[in-house]
Amino acid sequence: MKIQLILPLLIPLTTAILSLLAWNWSTGRRAISVAGAFLLLADAAWLLATVWDDGIQVMAMGNWPAPFGIVFVADLFSAMMVVIAGVMGFAVAIYSLVTMDRGRESFGYYALLHFLLLGVCGAFLTGDLFNLYVWFEVMLMASFVLLALGGERPQMEGAIKYVTLNLISSALFLAAVGLLYGVAGTLNMADLAQKLRAPDDANLVTTIAMLFLVAFGIKAGIFPLFFWLPASYHTPPVAVSAIFAALLTKVGVYALIRVFTLLFVQDIGYTHTVILILAGLTMVTGVLGAIAQNEFRRILAFHIISQIGYMIMGLGIFTQAALAGSIFYTLHHIIVKTNLFLVSGVAHFVHGTYDLKKLGGLYKNFPGLSFLFLIPALSLAGVPPLSGFFGKLTLAQAGIASEQYVIVATALAVGLLTLFSMTKIWLEAFWKAPPQLPTEACDAKALGSRAAYYLLLSPIILLALLTLIFGFAAEAILVVSLRAAEQLMNPAEYIRAVLGKTS
Amino acid sequence: MTSLILSTATRFLLPLFLLFSIFILFRGHNQPGGGFVGGLIAAAAFALHAIAYDVKRTRRLLGIDPRNLSALGLLVAMGSGMISLFLGEPFMTGQWLTLSFWPVGQLEIGTPLFFDVGVYLVVIGITLTIILSLAEE
Repeated sequence: MKIQLILPLLIPLTTAILSLLAWNWSTGRRAISVAGAFLLLADAAWLLATVWDDGIQVMAMGNWPAPFGIVFVADLFSAMMVVIAGVMGFAVAIYSLVTMDRGRESFGYYALLHFLLLGVCGAFLTGDLFNLYVWFEVMLMASFVLLALGGERPQMEGAIKYVTLNLISSALFLAAVGLLYGVAGTLNMADLAQKLRAPDDANLVTTIAMLFLVAFGIKAGIFPLFFWLPASYHTPPVAVSAIFAALLTKVGVYALIRVFTLLFVQDIGYTHTVILILAGLTMVTGVLGAIAQNEFRRILAFHIISQIGYMIMGLGIFTQAALAGSIFYTLHHIIVKTNLFLVSGVAHFVHGTYDLKKLGGLYKNFPGLSFLFLIPALSLAGVPPLSGFFGKLTLAQAGIASEQYVIVATALAVGLLTLFSMTKIWLEAFWKAPPQLPTEACDAKALGSRAAYYLLLSPIILLALLTLIFGFAAEAILVVSLRAAEQLMNPAEYIRAVLGKTS
Repeated sequence: MTSLILSTATRFLLPLFLLFSIFILFRGHNQPGGGFVGGLIAAAAFALHAIAYDVKRTRRLLGIDPRNLSALGLLVAMGSGMISLFLGEPFMTGQWLTLSFWPVGQLEIGTPLFFDVGVYLVVIGITLTIILSLAEE
């Protein structure tokens, strides 16, 4: 039993409770939030090191053995996702110190942020399908409130769409879980993996698999189920947008990769081809949607969708190299996309708008910020030697190796269109002369104090550094991703770790 | 709204409700009941008080912000699960302590009881947060 496996749940929960108790103590809340996020990150790194050294870690809640009790399982993929969730939690916790307004802070913003992290970490670590549903709900409830907190009109509009579609997705998920329980009589994922190897009724299992694809597809934002995402992500304060962009859809992607490597691999020719086609369509619609937009955060939101396509492309190709590409791409995307949202927040902080038509002159006034934008933007488009290039390269190589030329061509073309969108933001927000400046903009008063500005930049610098590390040390990260993919492709190790016997 | 009948009745009902909620809480250990229902009954008692008198008096009677009550409940529930971690067993493993009261018999106290108490407090806290803030509007 390793305590670091359960700490990613206990740390955010404790942090959230303490933030609740410090309801009226502003400084305390902020200190607790940052400390909690840092501890989570530290523990996640510890967990990853443990999994790397000692293999898959398992803890049975209440000491009830699997498949009867609920188990928490950390394989390399889970551990990597928890680490990245920790990094994002930490970056956004710092960023919130400057950007979050007093009103939202005093209505429990920090507690909700950590409840969200609790749900996300729980979803990454659980080894039980129904428990996964529960963690989804924990995460969604926190996200509902975070999205609507403040009660501005556009926020409400976004929140209604977001809540409705996610509730439908949850209902489908629950129905699929129920059907699966009827078929297999268990919901422990390792046990299910064994029982579904030779199901009595393969067609029924494939049908259930498609139900899961729809349920997780809504959460991940794949084509044609992504409408809630661009309708809601640009409405809340930017720190909330950033943490949503970092983690919410990625939990859907994680769940897709988990169930379609561990559980539903009886009919790969059908299920994974469907996933591959959806991946291609997701990439194209996302990037085309972005071209039509003129609002900083809406462009970024559409690009999330397009990038989700890359993440599940590896799942659709379904080779070890392709899955490694997916994992690498997911990690890279979380860092880069969050960073872009954070930069858009600084632009808003300075100019008071997200509208590209009204923005301008950022390069002249803030050259440092502009370079910090360029790193994630070029990385997103896949320009070498940044992280996005290696993600796309790995996926493209895997695609060519399995002779999936159409999807590879799509992926590369979408990369070019991404570059076009990023160039548009660069030209409009950074390069062109600012259109009639609001009187107070760009002067020292709008920036608040110098210290606040640097505090605002610090998480952006941290994430930009991570992007560079992912680019220049891509080899090392790919080695870890490859081993994580190996564990996913050969579930025997996972099953043995959970059930304690050879299958 | 003040009604003499209601306010007088509440004075007797409130302690009865609270006693009953605690009875349900303990009974829930291996019979129908438990922290959730118990918490709802206790919250109903305070809601009745808020209707019979007013919200300000209910808050004074409660003595603690319901929000803190729910945070406290979460803390108790989480703490009950963490005891086993300190003993080197997985999270939430039940730990039991046997107290013997000779010649009456013995009493077994376990961490599941504390978990239930935590649930009880969370339910009271959340329900009252909602009810009292709605009543104040």
